[in-house]
Amino acid sequence: MALTSALPAEQYNYDIVRKFTIMAMVWAVIGMSVGVYIACELAWPFLNFDIPALTFGRLRPVHTTLVIFGFGGSALFATSYYIVQRTCQARLAFPWLAEFTFWGWTGGVTLGVLSYMAGFSQSREYAEFEWPLDLAIAVVWVSYIVVYVETIRRRSQPHIYVANWFFMAFLLAVALLHIFNNLAVPISLTKSYSLFAGVQDAMTQWWYGHNAVGFFLTAAFLGMMYYFVPKQAGRPVYSYRLSIIHFWALIFLYMWAGGHHLHWTALPDWVSTLSAAFSVLLLMPSWGGMINGIMTLSGAWDKLRSDPIMLFLITSLSFYGMSTFEGPLMSLKSVNALSHYTDWTIGHVHSGALGWVALVSFGSFYHLIPRLYDTRMYSDTLIYVHFWLATIGIVLYITSMWVAGIGQGLMLRSFDDYGNLAYTFIETVEFMHTPYVWRALGGAFFVAGVLVMVYNIYMTVQAGRREQAALEAKLAAKLAKA
Amino acid sequence: MRHEQIETNSALMLVLILLVISVGGLVEIVPLFYINETLEKVDGVRPYTPLEIRGRDIYVREGCYLCHSQQIRPFRDEWLRYGHYSLAAESQYDHPFQWGSKRTGPDLARLGGKYSNHWHVQHLVAPRSVVPQSIMPNYPWLLDSDLDYADVDSRMRALRVTGVPYSLTQAEYDANVQRYGQAIADQLDIGKAQDSLLQQAREKDFDGLPDRITEMEALVAYLQVLGTMVDFTQYDEGYFVEFR
Repeated sequence: MALTSALPAEQYNYDIVRKFTIMAMVWAVIGMSVGVYIACELAWPFLNFDIPALTFGRLRPVHTTLVIFGFGGSALFATSYYIVQRTCQARLAFPWLAEFTFWGWTGGVTLGVLSYMAGFSQSREYAEFEWPLDLAIAVVWVSYIVVYVETIRRRSQPHIYVANWFFMAFLLAVALLHIFNNLAVPISLTKSYSLFAGVQDAMTQWWYGHNAVGFFLTAAFLGMMYYFVPKQAGRPVYSYRLSIIHFWALIFLYMWAGGHHLHWTALPDWVSTLSAAFSVLLLMPSWGGMINGIMTLSGAWDKLRSDPIMLFLITSLSFYGMSTFEGPLMSLKSVNALSHYTDWTIGHVHSGALGWVALVSFGSFYHLIPRLYDTRMYSDTLIYVHFWLATIGIVLYITSMWVAGIGQGLMLRSFDDYGNLAYTFIETVEFMHTPYVWRALGGAFFVAGVLVMVYNIYMTVQAGRREQAALEAKLAAKLAKA
Repeated sequence: MRHEQIETNSALMLVLILLVISVGGLVEIVPLFYINETLEKVDGVRPYTPLEIRGRDIYVREGCYLCHSQQIRPFRDEWLRYGHYSLAAESQYDHPFQWGSKRTGPDLARLGGKYSNHWHVQHLVAPRSVVPQSIMPNYPWLLDSDLDYADVDSRMRALRVTGVPYSLTQAEYDANVQRYGQAIADQLDIGKAQDSLLQQAREKDFDGLPDRITEMEALVAYLQVLGTMVDFTQYDEGYFVEFR
């Protein structure tokens, strides 16, 4: 980058961090806007426009892929590459390979969503990529592991900082899940048949699907949290011992919980019961992480009043606590009987994805970006504006989904005095129209907040460049005098 | 062992993480391939015919599973609304499974035979013309596009690799005759795949266009077979419980 050229080489490789940060914001805008669009399709179906590529069935994986792997993935690459260098006090290993992970990941996500719109999909939720892209992603992922682990091996500290434990678990688990969930027999470049069938295929998919949440959207973002919360608070992590216990418990227990996505199906009862039991246990390490994060602020609670970045980080941990309480609740068979197949699940996912994943990323970015460009954030007021737009959006989103989901669940299981079904299915669809409109509005609020953030970042980067240029001019003038 | 030893040794930490995250999957998934009771012993479930395979491919392509489940749960309301709860055996040839996770529209596990072919065509082209409150997209292109069935035999070959009993050899064909009767065994013969597809399309004319074979033809053929393979009158109440 031009702005670093006149100065001696940076101590750390921030170039790759900047690239992933910018891309994360690009994906956030596109992916979340697609989300709002498909939410509108469910409220007003004419928006499908009879165009195959725009129908809900093809756009939904575009939305999930862009926000999980595009936005979430790029945010994780950015922060993990930053954190591993800072906490190991070592420059990132193999810069060319790190560069490859950027182009590989960005290219993979781009080709993936285009292929879904063209109708190429494995129909595995959150893993719809057809096999050539799966192979490409595997190569990028292995490169990521090599860069990350080699940087850790070059550390100048004897201890590996806790954030890196979570990133290491995330790197290994995602590799394991990706490989076994995508075993398939290809018939052409764009079509394959999954190796497993029926019940085994379903269990493999949800073992993957739940742990995509557990490791991609949880463990890795806890790694992010363990660096940026203490940094922004200016205080050490609340409890070292708690971080050890909840780390090992979390990564062990998560892998058992996938079967709760298949309660009351043809999956044998023993698997589903075991999964429910482990899902309930999972509450403890989840809250261990939340407590460790929030209590880091102990003794500095006033920062919540004065520091909008802290507001993002602590609110994200609160949503994390809330959705990891709701999750075990929904994994109970009796609750699941009502909630499964309904929008309650969609609301639950978004309280985690918007409330936890997105807010902790935004908070971390607001901390990170001024440091990457050696300046201050352009506007604190706009950070507050973003915070409230996002929070209102999330609340609208999840409450409307509670109404839609619990409402539909109750309607479908109600009987009249003669023991007949009280409602037809289509009556529940009619009922869901109003909450669907509110959901779309909530999503629009959230996207508006992201746009405010993008503007704030743009102005910050510009200011950083100006300050850099002024500094260089001053240096040049001084050198000319001497 | 003190945790300090782990957190100062990256290789040790990676090995321990790998061990810890492997347990859940090993205990919960691997046995599903070996425990015989996982699939109920039941007659009638057969692999899909060539036309149905192509219909299923279109179902996957359009992402139908994102709004429709194919998995009925053992509850009274689902029994009244959809029929007998789904068996594991019924999706034993489903590569990939299409159980779904969301019912924005109704469950489709036992859709077969409930509506006429003509209703399906009309409903897929313009859902609101038959169900005014529906929020399903229109799928007019299914009727406009001719079905590509040139590679249906290579699709069957790939499925055969995964374990679906499509026949390549005389011995495999004979085994299918034994198991499913000759008419079905002919449909499962990879060597005759294209002929079988054309024959089924001509006989049943799912899309209502006798001189064309459209994508609609294949999709409706698939929808009409869903959940129809097992004759539940053959089994006592409680028989399937033994397997759960």
